[in-house]
Amino acid sequence: MEKYSRCMEKSIALINERIRDGNAHVVTADQMPAIVAELGEEGALAEVDVVTTGTFGAMCSSGAFLNFGHAEPPIRMERVWLNDVEAYGGIAAVDAYIGATQQSDTQGEEYGGAHVIEEFVSGRSIELRAMSKGTDCYPRRTIATELLLEDLNQAVMCNPRNAYQRYNAATNSSDRLLHTYMGTLLPSFGNITYSGAGTLNPISNDPKFRVIGGGVPIFLGGGKGMVIGEGTQHSPGGGFGTLMVTGDMKGMDPGFVRAATMHGYGVTLYVGVGIPLPVVDIGVVRSTAVRDEDIEVDIMDYGIPQRSRPSLRKTTYAELRSGTIELSGEDVRTSSLSSYRRAKAVAVALKEWVVRGEMLMAAPTRPIDPSRVARPMHETARTPRVLDIMDKKVVTIGQDELIREAAARLLKGETNHLPVIGDEGKLVGIVTTYDISKAVVNPSKGSKVRDIMKRHVVTTTPDEAVDIAVQKLERYNISALPVVDMENHVIAMLTAMNLGKLFGGRWLK
Amino acid sequence: MKLLVTFSKKAGRKPIIAQVVKDTGVLINVERALIDSSEGEALIDIPDDMCQIVREKMANLGATVRLLDREISIDESECVDCGACVSICPQEVFYLDGDWKLSIHQGRCVLCGRCITACPHGALSQLGEP
Repeated sequence: MEKYSRCMEKSIALINERIRDGNAHVVTADQMPAIVAELGEEGALAEVDVVTTGTFGAMCSSGAFLNFGHAEPPIRMERVWLNDVEAYGGIAAVDAYIGATQQSDTQGEEYGGAHVIEEFVSGRSIELRAMSKGTDCYPRRTIATELLLEDLNQAVMCNPRNAYQRYNAATNSSDRLLHTYMGTLLPSFGNITYSGAGTLNPISNDPKFRVIGGGVPIFLGGGKGMVIGEGTQHSPGGGFGTLMVTGDMKGMDPGFVRAATMHGYGVTLYVGVGIPLPVVDIGVVRSTAVRDEDIEVDIMDYGIPQRSRPSLRKTTYAELRSGTIELSGEDVRTSSLSSYRRAKAVAVALKEWVVRGEMLMAAPTRPIDPSRVARPMHETARTPRVLDIMDKKVVTIGQDELIREAAARLLKGETNHLPVIGDEGKLVGIVTTYDISKAVVNPSKGSKVRDIMKRHVVTTTPDEAVDIAVQKLERYNISALPVVDMENHVIAMLTAMNLGKLFGGRWLK
Repeated sequence: MKLLVTFSKKAGRKPIIAQVVKDTGVLINVERALIDSSEGEALIDIPDDMCQIVREKMANLGATVRLLDREISIDESECVDCGACVSICPQEVFYLDGDWKLSIHQGRCVLCGRCITACPHGALSQLGEP
C-alpha cells in the first residue's frame, strides 16, 4: 500500500476510491486500540481507512411502517392488528406502524410487535385484521388476510431510539426479586446486569459525531440502512447519545432482528446496528481507539422506585465484562443483556460489505449535536405525595406496656394499627387489632406489647409518591403504613382510608 | 450423578431418603426438595457407582426415580449469547467462553428453573420439555 505523508487527512472520496478498487484497509473497532498502540496515531491514520462498529441488544424503541396495498373493495383501516398485536393505523388507509413493545391482545407478554417483525423477516406468514367505519370512497368495514413480507409494498423499519452510546448497569438493594427492562435483579445486591457493546459501540467510537450523522449508511438488522439523525432522548452531553435509524425490512436477516420478552416487564426487540466510520483524520483515529476500560457507566439501584435512582459506584465495560464486580466489599456477579458475540458479528459483517465494495462511505448530510442533554418530563399536574393525604394524628404505644393497654388505646384512638415506640422514641414494631385478638385467644406468648408485636414494619416517608406507597400496601397485603422521618420517628399514618382523599376532586382533573 | 425422586401420595409419609441412606450406606446429597403432606420431589446427588443400588432401593420403597444426565438445554437457534442467565443462576451453571459464546458447566444444575423465565429469548428449557 502506498504511504502518505505525516499529518495528512484523508478525504471520504479517497477512501471510497480505495473501497471501489478493493484496496481499502478495514478493521473492526475492537482491533483499533492495539493498532494505534502499535503504529501510533499517524501510523494508524495512514494504515486504516474504515473502522466498523457494531452493537446487538434490546432496543425497545423500534418498529416499522408497513404498506399493505388496497383491497377490493377498498378499506380505510382505522384499527389494525397483526397476529393480534395492534399496530397504529392513524396514517391514511392502508399504512400502519407496528411498534416493537406493543403486546398481543391475546398472549400478553409472550408475544408482541417485536415478534411480528421477527416473523416477517423470517419469511413467516402474519394474519392482518383491520376494521373501519366505512366511507363513500372506502366502503369496506372489515378485512382479514394472511400476509408474507414479500406481499407488502413497503416494510420500512424506523427506530426512533437505537444504539445507545452506553447504558448504566443495574442492581437491586431491596429484599424483593425485581423484574425490570434490565432483566432479573436478585434481592440484596445479588447480581448486576448491564447492556452495551463497549469498545464496539458506534457512538462510543465517535462521541463528537464527527462522522456519524443523518444520511450515513449503516448495518441495520442484517440489511442496509441509514442514520436519520439524533435519536429520541438523545443526551450526548451526559454521554448518552442515541440514533434514529431506518432500513428496508426486506433485506434483513433474522439473526440480527430478534424478539424477546423481559419476564415481568414485557416485549422488546433485539436489533443489530453497526456503523462504518471513515478514518478521515487523527480525531477519528483517537476516538476509535476507545477501549472497554475507557467507557464508564454508573451502577444504579433499581430497588429505589424513582426516576433519579442513586448511583452506587462507577464502573467500566471492562470491569462489567470480567464477570464480577466488587460492591461494598462483596464480589457480585454480572450479566450482560446485550450480546457481545453478535455485536462483533455485526462489525465483521459490515467490514465484509466494505471490503467487497458493497457499502461506500458518506459524510453526514445533517449533523448531530454532540452536546444536547435530554430533559425530564414537564409535569403540570403535581403527583400526590404521602404528606398530602397522611393522617397526622398518630396513636402509639411503648414496647414494655401491657397488651391490655394496647387494646384500650386502639379502642380510644379508633384505629386498627398501633406503631410501637422503643427507647429514643423510634419505631420498633407494630401491633394490630388482629395481633391483640390472637393474644387474647392464646395468652401464653406473654403479657407485654413487645411479646406480640411484628418487628418487621413496612414504612413510608412524607415525600414518597402515593403510587409507591399504594404499591407497598398491595405487595405486603396490609392496610396501613407508619410515616417516618429520617430518624425513624413516626410522624403520621397512611391508611387505606386516607386514599379516599385522592378522589375528592383535588387530584383528579 | 443426579436423580430426580418423586414420592407418591402414599410413600410421601415414609422417610424414603433416610431409609436408603441407612440401608445402603450411600451418602445422599439433597440439592433441592419440595415436600408437602401429600407428595414430594427431591433432587439428589450420589456417587456414580452407587446409582444402580440407590435407584432400585428407592423404587422398591415406592418412589419414582428419573436419571438426569443433561439438566438444562440451550436451543441454539434461539440463544443470542447475551448472558442474561449467567448472574442469576445460583449454581453458576452458565458462562461465556473465550469467543463470548454461552456455555454450560454440566452437572451443576439443580433445576431451580430461574434461568428459564429470565432468558429473554426463551432459549432455555429443562430436559424432556419442548
